[in-house]
Amino acid sequence: MIISVASGKGGTGKTLVATSLALSLKDREKVQFLDCDVEEPNAHIFLKPVITRSEPVYIQVPEVDDRKCTYCGKCAEVCAYHAIAVILKQVLVFPHLCHGCGACSYLCPEKAVSEQGREIGVIESGYSNGLGFVQGRLTVGEAMPTPVIRKLKEQINGEGIVIIDVSPGTSCPVVQSIKGSDFCLLVTEPTPFGLNDLMLAVETSKELSTPCGVVINRAGTGDGKVQEYCAKENIPVLLTIPLDTSIARLYSRGVALVEGMPLWKESFVELFDSIQEIVHERSRSVKR
Amino acid sequence: MKEVVVLSGKGGTGKTSIVGSFAALAKNKVLVDCDVDAADLHLLMQPVVKEKHEFWSGQVAFIDEQKCTQCGLCQELCRFNAIEDFRVDAASCEGCALCSRICPTEAIIMKESMSGYWFISDTRHGSLVHARLGIAQENSGKLVTVVRQQARQLAEKEGKDLIISDGPPGIGCPVIASLSGTSLALLVTEPTLSGMHDLERVLGVCRHFGVPALVCINKYDLNEENTRQIENNCLSQGIEIAGRVPFDNVVTESIVQGIPVVEYSSGKVSRQIEGMWRTFSAMLGNHSEG
Repeated sequence: MIISVASGKGGTGKTLVATSLALSLKDREKVQFLDCDVEEPNAHIFLKPVITRSEPVYIQVPEVDDRKCTYCGKCAEVCAYHAIAVILKQVLVFPHLCHGCGACSYLCPEKAVSEQGREIGVIESGYSNGLGFVQGRLTVGEAMPTPVIRKLKEQINGEGIVIIDVSPGTSCPVVQSIKGSDFCLLVTEPTPFGLNDLMLAVETSKELSTPCGVVINRAGTGDGKVQEYCAKENIPVLLTIPLDTSIARLYSRGVALVEGMPLWKESFVELFDSIQEIVHERSRSVKR
Repeated sequence: MKEVVVLSGKGGTGKTSIVGSFAALAKNKVLVDCDVDAADLHLLMQPVVKEKHEFWSGQVAFIDEQKCTQCGLCQELCRFNAIEDFRVDAASCEGCALCSRICPTEAIIMKESMSGYWFISDTRHGSLVHARLGIAQENSGKLVTVVRQQARQLAEKEGKDLIISDGPPGIGCPVIASLSGTSLALLVTEPTLSGMHDLERVLGVCRHFGVPALVCINKYDLNEENTRQIENNCLSQGIEIAGRVPFDNVVTESIVQGIPVVEYSSGKVSRQIEGMWRTFSAMLGNHSEG
């Protein structure tokens, strides 16, 4: 089973929930943790993994063979990203604009365009105290996280429970991360910002036909509108974490909630049981 | 004209609360929300929308089932895994059009995709340009570029000399689109190991694009040891700390009321943000001379 932990709004507690969920389950299930927030991966701070393998992620950018090129301009014409231009007898490649689609090399009539890998990030895998751990890191200055996420998700081993820590937002990197998940856990806070972005996150999970449930973090502050919205939309609130400076202080030091306050473990196990029930219920109703 | 942007790397550190307060403190400016994925600034600004425009960006492939012979060439060549069972997953399609060019039966056409809206609004603190990217859409970077262009045009038209921009979290495409070519960035961090890790990365992006940066430590009293470390790290890199804001529930209360915190309260948080605005605008003045 694959569970994505997402939010829309940043800083609501995705990594806190994802790491504590993984640590609470590792004694009874085989758990693999994927940090898909490749722009700002933070789960490693809490899980302190031993990295055993590091593999660069490349994007395939064109390289033109001057001896074969007739400067016909086909490559520039077919490039949707304006990453290649032909000016008189010169072909200019702008690697940072290239999405690596391969159109130029495939469609070059002279077969003059080959492709060269350009490193845009890295996939690091290892283990952490009984958990399988994989994270992606986009290189600073690079714009495209999606190829790193795609590569990262190839590491899913398909055994046991997979927990995915997703980046904030609702656009392509978030969709790539959640795609293929059995459940989407949405972490929010009870403020108008939290609600606004939760509504977007709910739409995202609907778009992907993934069932979702909510974790309300920092409860006790803000207002009651998130609860009202969840009740109205029939979205289950599966866990509530209060606003508590001792939780925030643990977080600030990079200590996972269930390790700093082991009493929380039970709540996370219950959270998992509720998720499992929803996912099983859904698969039964789909079969029927 | 100056453009300044508030970024953070890590989400939820307080960018929007600070931009909202800057909006209340700054004179003669236009506001722009570059967090087009999950825009929140409008919740503090109570905008009256004056103009609404469609955002058409790029293309998405579409397979005509009638013409498709299921030869599988498109699936084999698509680098984005966007074609499965002879259907296009619009969320994965990056619009390269290779499939449509190579389909032997010309069964694939490219359709223009409308992937959001952008708005020009009036607020009591001046004009706001903001946007709403459609769910699961590509091209958030392009939409950021559009709202920034609009904000510049608007500022020129209105004779404003400053644009204040609320940026997105992360370091990727929309962040780069928000940052490149701006005069100064304010990086809002928090004294948590995550906040510190992400600050280093976003500082790297600022260096990469040659934009000078100042740092704000929000909720600095949550972990004063980490706060000192952030200060030391910044000092050693020659980066000025624009301000330290204490943790106070008054910020959440102001969000619930839908007004910037400096207008909601005159307490410690507001005084710190006011001081930070003075530092920030003084720095901006220096850069105008330089």
